[in-house]
Amino acid sequence: MKPLWFLGMNRTGVVREIAGGRGVRKRLTGMGFIEGVTVRIIKNDNYGPLIVSLGEGRLVLGQGVANKIMVEEVG
Amino acid sequence: MEAARVLQTGETVIAMAGNPNSGKSSIFNNLTGARQHVGNYAGVTVEKKEGKLIHQGKAYKVVDLPGTYSLGAYSEDERVARDFILKEKPDVIINVVDASNIERNLYLTVQLLEMGANVVVALNMMDEAKEKAIHIDVAKISKLLGVPVVPTVATKKQGMKELVVRAIQAANEPKREALKINYGSDLEKELKKLEDIISSHSQLSQEYPSRYLAIKLLEEDQEVYQQVKAIPGTAELLEQSEESAAFLLDETGEDAESLIADRRYGFISGVSKQAVRKRISAEQRLSFSDKIDKVVTHRVLGIPIFLAAMWLVFQFTFALGDPMIGWVEGFFEILGGVVGGWLAAAGASDLITSFIVDGIIGGVGSVMVFIPNIVLLFFAIALLENSGYMARAAYVMDRFMNTLGLHGKSFIPLLVGFGCNVPGIMAARTLENKKDRIITILITPLMSCAARLPVYVLFVSAFFSQYEGLIIFSLYLLGIVMAVIMGVIFKRLLFPGEVSPFVLELPPYRIPTLKATMIHMWERAGIFVKKAGTIIFSVVVLIWALSVLPWGVEPGSKESALGQIGSFFAPLFAPAGFGSWEASTALIFGILAKEVVVGTLGVIYGVGEEGVVTAIHQLWTPLSAYAFMVMTLLYTPCAAVIGTIKRETGSWKWTVFTMVYTLVLGWVMAVLVYQVGRLFGLS
Repeated sequence: MKPLWFLGMNRTGVVREIAGGRGVRKRLTGMGFIEGVTVRIIKNDNYGPLIVSLGEGRLVLGQGVANKIMVEEVG
Repeated sequence: MEAARVLQTGETVIAMAGNPNSGKSSIFNNLTGARQHVGNYAGVTVEKKEGKLIHQGKAYKVVDLPGTYSLGAYSEDERVARDFILKEKPDVIINVVDASNIERNLYLTVQLLEMGANVVVALNMMDEAKEKAIHIDVAKISKLLGVPVVPTVATKKQGMKELVVRAIQAANEPKREALKINYGSDLEKELKKLEDIISSHSQLSQEYPSRYLAIKLLEEDQEVYQQVKAIPGTAELLEQSEESAAFLLDETGEDAESLIADRRYGFISGVSKQAVRKRISAEQRLSFSDKIDKVVTHRVLGIPIFLAAMWLVFQFTFALGDPMIGWVEGFFEILGGVVGGWLAAAGASDLITSFIVDGIIGGVGSVMVFIPNIVLLFFAIALLENSGYMARAAYVMDRFMNTLGLHGKSFIPLLVGFGCNVPGIMAARTLENKKDRIITILITPLMSCAARLPVYVLFVSAFFSQYEGLIIFSLYLLGIVMAVIMGVIFKRLLFPGEVSPFVLELPPYRIPTLKATMIHMWERAGIFVKKAGTIIFSVVVLIWALSVLPWGVEPGSKESALGQIGSFFAPLFAPAGFGSWEASTALIFGILAKEVVVGTLGVIYGVGEEGVVTAIHQLWTPLSAYAFMVMTLLYTPCAAVIGTIKRETGSWKWTVFTMVYTLVLGWVMAVLVYQVGRLFGLS
């Protein structure tokens, strides 16, 4: 497991844990970000926000949020 | 229209709910056409859009709820939407679902159904789903959710008729049962305990669907918790809910909120498995939008592309808008002349003529000249938003904005502020976090708007004509630097600790429709025009009155009330090098609208705007001129901006705070410029 932030470009991971406060979790839940979903990194420049693909959607996640999402790399 | 009025009481209310970017607004526009009204929900800055739908000679009220992903009271938008559904009890809710991204959109649907709302689903963007090779069995979904589902393509107006028929039909049917998702034995046992208590409490069971309330309490929803607490006789219920939540955490190792969300998504994936077929898995496909994003969000190319886009926006706004300003000016001049003629013919006194022609028509006219720029700027922004680029701009600018403790979305209001601070402050609405929004609103007036440019041009041509570009650029830059500094200070002092999560959806690129763009534009421009009629009008009248009182003085002279106030404040500005009553008076007039500073100096020096350059050259020094430009840039924003801040923050506290801090900042910087300049032997 590692924070989403450390997943490289075009890598895929399964969300295992979402740390952080209620507000962040609520927000992520509403957008489909829950434990068990598969996400793919569309863009990770190692600074600035990430772009991830989640289902049909594309989300921008700030560094702070991306550090709170723990994923298991699967490909 | 007549029919609409008769139906005012007991009229059927159709609410529209859906995710952002689901095409909800397009459907709302299709249903209501031009019969729309934009207001605010009481006490919050969330926009309330209402419209009228006419079907078979009957009028129906359509309320467009704010776009939300969930109804969890995460943001003001969600709270407003939820309260409306619970308290106003609309007869039917049209839930717009993006068919090309169906799983995530159904999360909101499920919550609506759990509330027992009377829902009709508009399965929108069927064309995009088809393009993505997603096949949806509409009848199956309808059966699984237990509500009517109508496939639509809002941009092509497909499915609208059926949607209306189904919605009205549903509105007339008896209320349906709330959806019951099986939350598993652990949760269900606790839910049952809570439901039993709720059912035995008459007020609670009347105000809330009991299972819905039980779920909300288990989720530890603070908003609902407080509402329940305010009702007498609910202590037992709240105690039980806390006990149940603690028990679940102990038993499963997860909080009830996550368990509930998991089950909801479980239900949704069950629906999707039975009714949705995808040929290519989403994770494997690189869409057309992704290909554009490879370039647009590129770490090196992203910023120049963004700057080029902004340059185009400003070219569009000002190159096209400036000639139109002349038309507006001409219109108010002619209007003033005509009305003045009538008044003279009717034998009105000089005072009344001056009040109406100079005060009202001239004053409102001086604000209305911004209409062309504002309309065009809003048009350009609506184009950027509707095409999907705005979200990318926020991504690109996030790094820079982080240094201010804000995130990428705050950049848009600041940028718009260069055109005019009013729409800039209004654009801060897109920020979900209230603190981010307030900080952004507080610093937006430091962006050098187009109205300040004429003041710079005047002083530059008097003293610095060789360095015109450089001097003006330095002022724009100073505004940005001050905004950064103040942003950091406000974040540290006023809202310490809080870093709001930056989560933003990147909608697929779409070709914006002219209709949607126009509607978007008129909504916002209309608010500006309305404001000119109220707060700006009062300020105009006040300043005019000060300029002609006391009775019989030369209007705007040193002896007038305004001139006296100017003289009174003049010594205050002596350390900044412009301690004359003329300068102070011009600054006071400048609060009406910044470019009025130029006209005021013209009037006071008695030379008109043409001779004012010569007059300034004789009476000022380059250093005092620069200090005065700094003051004009930073000090108290114009009346239109003040009114907008009041409207957007809903608070006099923040409004007065902005007026005062900008005044202090302007003074300090002007004095600093003058005194440091003198130290270096400039004068």
